Parts: sequence; structure tokens; C-alpha cells
Amino acid sequence: MISKSFKKSLWIFHVNSGSCNGCDIEIVAALTPRYDVERFGIKLVGSPRHADVMALTGPITSDMEDKVKRVYEQMPDPKVVLVVGSCGISGGVFHESYHLAGPVNKVLPDATCVYVPGCPPRPEAIIDGVVKAWKFLESAGGGE
Amino acid sequence: MTGELFFKVVMGTIGMAIFAILLGLSFKGIDRKIAAHMQSRVGPPLRQPFWDVGKLLIKDSVVPKNAVSWLFNFAPVICLASSITLLLYIPIAGYGPLLQGHGDLILILYLLTIPALSMVAGGFASGSPYATVGAQREMVTMMSYEFPLAVAAISIAWKMSDAFKGDVFTLSFISSHPIWNNVGLLGIIGLLFLLLAVVIILPAELSKIPFDVAEAETEIAGGLLVEYSGRNLALFYLADGVKTFALSSLVVAIFFPYNISQFFALGSIPAFIIDFLFFLLKVSLVMLFAVTLVRVGVARLRITQVVSTYWIAVTLMALLGLVLLMWDSQILTIRWW
Repeated sequence: MISKSFKKSLWIFHVNSGSCNGCDIEIVAALTPRYDVERFGIKLVGSPRHADVMALTGPITSDMEDKVKRVYEQMPDPKVVLVVGSCGISGGVFHESYHLAGPVNKVLPDATCVYVPGCPPRPEAIIDGVVKAWKFLESAGGGE
Repeated sequence: MTGELFFKVVMGTIGMAIFAILLGLSFKGIDRKIAAHMQSRVGPPLRQPFWDVGKLLIKDSVVPKNAVSWLFNFAPVICLASSITLLLYIPIAGYGPLLQGHGDLILILYLLTIPALSMVAGGFASGSPYATVGAQREMVTMMSYEFPLAVAAISIAWKMSDAFKGDVFTLSFISSHPIWNNVGLLGIIGLLFLLLAVVIILPAELSKIPFDVAEAETEIAGGLLVEYSGRNLALFYLADGVKTFALSSLVVAIFFPYNISQFFALGSIPAFIIDFLFFLLKVSLVMLFAVTLVRVGVARLRITQVVSTYWIAVTLMALLGLVLLMWDSQILTIRWW
């Protein structure tokens, strides 16, 4: 029952932590009639309190480090971070920049992350990442 | 007698709560499916709202540190409870309401404000600036639509009192004497204006686009609901579904109280089933025209535009309906010869 509910209904809060807007546009593309993620019960919400998944785009800049941490802490458990794009994995094209607080696993070391590589990843890949994210939610929700 | 009434009310309320929640969520599913099809999407399955509620119930329910926690937790319960209470006074499928003889149209006008007021209380108790802005916007919206709504309700009750003797203010009386049958041409035009005014008020009562300034996700991050999560958010979600169903059935009870079972020679149980299905059809049509089509078709208004829409356009429409209904009675009673 627990796993089934997450499988059928997953609410996503989108955080842009210094992305070039490429991944954000791909996330929007996943909402359009062509890919229509709402048919899987996936919905973008306006507040981290409502969210199960934080979709994080971009390398985390030093300005955004604190905000990303706070948004992550504001989300109710169980929760998962969906890292969209290569930037969140390694820094991507920005990897040597002076203003990076580092990739996601450095800023949020305790978070369960699902990585979707690509620059930018295709909407299919993002949907696939969400599918993997709800498996983590299953284990997180079932464990408690 | 009081023991029996008590038993009836308690059991009826529990039954009505289950019935209302199931129907409210189903209507929410239909609404989302139709909205998706209008945007040429496949859309979520009809059971989607049930999955959403199930998921919200197993999520953590966070109470922010600077929130007034008792009010923060109390507001969603009151919102759902008052939405269900509303249904106890509304006739369903041509049958009298559960609390028949205990309240009338005026009571319903007051009950309608309680879900919105509890959301306002919850918003102020959240301790978030977004929720405070949302709560203020919700109050402003309430102040702007209450007057035209009251005008519409009073005109209909006045017209009924003009035509009949009896408990003209009770909804069971209004729904058993369809108002369209008792007016002339001017009255029908007036009633159409009133119906239009009420249909424009519905999205604001339900916080739906274009009047969802209080919950505007893209501007104030969910407004009133911004700090709510888990169980409390699920209660608001349920209350939204129940409120949609209750308000649509209120419009049906006032404006479209017709049944179709008398056209078939049927026993009492098949007649009830047919009337009930026809009632659900009427409610979903009201919801389709008042909520779904509107929310897909137009964009969100600004709060100032909401106020001017209701205070100028909709109020004028309702007053015009009132005047036409009044002329209707007087022109019929004037001796022209």
C-alpha cells in the first residue's frame, strides 16, 4: 500500500541551483502534452512542504548552497533528490568555476539522490529518473 | 424523540461524510481528466485523487516552528467538517436534506463562509509570509463575492415567497418547486443572470483559476497551504473535493431540481437509482461548466481584478436579475385593461 501510493502519486518541487536553464526547459517539456507526466500522477507543486521529490538542476553555486539545504530540510519525510543534468553530478561545464559549492553529494551528503546525467537530459531520461526515485521512496517509507 | 434524532444525525453524518469524500474525490478525478483532455494530454487516471490522498496520509506532517500549532492542526479538520456539514443541508437527488427543517438558505450562506474562514485561520497560523499573503487575499476574495451571492440567494427566496406560502427559505421547498416554472419571460431572463452570477462565484468559493489568487502556486507558492504537509494537507485536499461536490449540488438544488424518474413507470428502488444517476450527471455538468472549462480556458486574475470583477460586473448582474424578477411579478399583476 505504501509503495503503491508513491508509485501512483509523486509530487515534485523544482529547484534551480544555478542551472543554465537547459535542464529546466527539459523538465517543462516533460509536462507538455507530448510527454505528459501527469498521467503517472507526477505533478509539479509550488511549495517544498507538499513535495516528495526535489528536482535539482544545475551545479550548486555558493549563493544557492544554503537555500538548497534549507529547501531539502523543509520537505517532509520520506523524500528523494532527483539530480537532473550533469552539473549536479560533477559540476558539468562549470566544474572548475570559483563560485561552486560543489556537486550535490557534497552539499547534501545525507540525501538519497537519483542522478539523471545529460546536458541536458532528454525528457524520457527525466521520467525514467522519477521512476527510479519512487523505488527509493518505497524503501524510505517502508523502513519507518 | 431526541435520542432517535441524535442517532439519525450521527449515523447520517458518518454516512454522508464517507459518501461525500468518495464522490468529491471522484469528481476531482473527472475534473483533472477532462482538463487534461482539453489540453490534448492523456491525463491522470480517474483514481488519481485517491492515490494522492493515500500518499499524503503516509507522509510526515510538519508543523513549522513559528506556527500556532493548535490552530495550524485544527484548521484542516474544521475545513473538512464544515464542508461535510454543508452537505447535510443540501437536498441530494430530489430527497430532502438530512437536517430537513433545521436550517434554510440563510444558514447555508453562513456555512459557506466557514471552510474559507478556517483556511484563512490556518494560513495566518502558519507563520509564513506567503501564507499570510494568501490568507489576506482569501479574505478580500470572500468580501468581494459574498454580496452578489447573497443578492442571488435573496432574489430567489423572495420570488418563492411571492409565489408560494410556506417555508419558502428552506432548500427542500425551493428544490421541490422548480423556480423556472413560476416565472414569466422577464423572470427567466432574470434567473439566467442570477445563474450566471452564481456560476462565476463558484470558482472563487472553491479557490480555482481564475479566482485562485489565495493559493496561486506560481506567485506565492501555494499561498494559504504553503506550510501544510502530510495529513493536514490531505484534509484540505479532501475538503476541496467535498466543497466542490457540495457547491455544485447546491446550484443543482436551486436551479436544476428536476428529476426524470416520473417519466418512467418504475418501482421505488429503480426510480431512486435513476434519479441518483441523473443527479450525479447534473452535478458533474455544473462542475464542468463552472470549474473545469473555466480553469482550463483562462488565466489567473490579479487580486484587484478579482475584486472589481465581483463588485462591479457580478454584483450588477445579480442586481439586474433581482430587478428583472421583481418586474416579472409586477408586470404580471398590473391590470393593463
